[in-house]
Amino acid sequence: MEMLRSLTIILLTSVLVNNYVLSRFLGICPFLGVSKKLNQACGMGMAVTFVMLMATAATWPIQYYLLDPNDLGYMRTIVFILVIAALVQLVEIILKRYIPALHASLGIYLPLITTNCAVLGVTINNINDGYNFLESMVNSLGAGLGFLLAMVLFAGVRSRLESANPPKAFEGLPITLVSAAIVALSFFGFAGIVDGLFA
Amino acid sequence: MSKLQNFLKGIIKENPVLVLVLGTCPTLAITTSVMNALGMGVAATAVLLCSNMAVSALRNVIPDKVRIPCYIVLIAGFVTIVEMIMHAFVPDLYESLGIFLSLIVVNCIILGRAEMYASKNKVVDSALDALGMGVGFTLALFIMSSIREIFGAGTWCGLAIPFAGDYKVMILTMAPGGFFVFGCLIALVNKLTGKKGENKKNMGCAGCPSAYMCGKKDSDGACGGEGEDK
Repeated sequence: MEMLRSLTIILLTSVLVNNYVLSRFLGICPFLGVSKKLNQACGMGMAVTFVMLMATAATWPIQYYLLDPNDLGYMRTIVFILVIAALVQLVEIILKRYIPALHASLGIYLPLITTNCAVLGVTINNINDGYNFLESMVNSLGAGLGFLLAMVLFAGVRSRLESANPPKAFEGLPITLVSAAIVALSFFGFAGIVDGLFA
Repeated sequence: MSKLQNFLKGIIKENPVLVLVLGTCPTLAITTSVMNALGMGVAATAVLLCSNMAVSALRNVIPDKVRIPCYIVLIAGFVTIVEMIMHAFVPDLYESLGIFLSLIVVNCIILGRAEMYASKNKVVDSALDALGMGVGFTLALFIMSSIREIFGAGTWCGLAIPFAGDYKVMILTMAPGGFFVFGCLIALVNKLTGKKGENKKNMGCAGCPSAYMCGKKDSDGACGGEGEDK
């Protein structure tokens, strides 16, 4: 029961309070680039969640069973990015071969994810925060769902923005960033929710 | 293009942050204080310089098909070196930059310059390009962090500012403030240069190094957001 509680706290924290996009600033490029249409935002969000879980499942054992025993902690950045890059390629090939339907919906987003800093970020954070394997997986799931949530919310905001009429200099990216600021502000409302729920 | 122009273009005309809109994650995250921003700028410039020179020197050796993984390994190697140096000599800065120091690996600016410039040009030109881009990146971070630190925390480089200290706008040092200041800064640059709309194009696939990996550079696919659904 105690474990379930701490896992729930980790999940809620990484979805709402420490949202990877809106409060930790990881994965901003896809957040701004792919959030224009709701279906694209959903596809990207799900692909990121999927890759984050896969990447954590691969990198956590590497850190604790390969790098740490051999005193190679400093190789973490190199090893992780290579593992993630290889993993993304592998997942794409497997999906294409065995689950073409899923590949058709997620496939186009996968190559973009290799250089997504949220994926590398979540794997490094799991190690830095000292999570065990289960906690790491839950944290990654939360990070992915948080990314999905932010993408979907922001896709809604942006569709409204299309019909807005901002000053000339603000057209395009600047007004998008300013509205992202307001969305990020709304996530501040979640700041106390975890403590409140489990008090 | 002369050597001087080659260096200067990264600072103003093709400023990686404010005009090309690359490397947004570190820009938003670590500009809460001027010292962090300068540290990040210097670290990224060092990595950029080394990786551009290495990629340029090896451009005839690296097979075309596996070039991106090769670049990533080179960049990750240099990032690790910079990380270790900073951990040893400036531990405070190392702590406050935290995860974003490792994340220089996936900074769009560095992979983007390797792919777009260093892989096609000579070592000296690539080094100048890297220096220009690095200085441009640092300058943009410096401006943005100055705004956020002076108005948000009432200090500058840790020094107390007499008047601003009384009217702090705390929100500027927090996450929403990052998006807001960045948006306003880009709008200001648009206004000054009168090039409205050009950013839009660069925000899509053309400015994204992943575009070269997914081969959507010209077809304006999913990552651009500008194109229609396929």
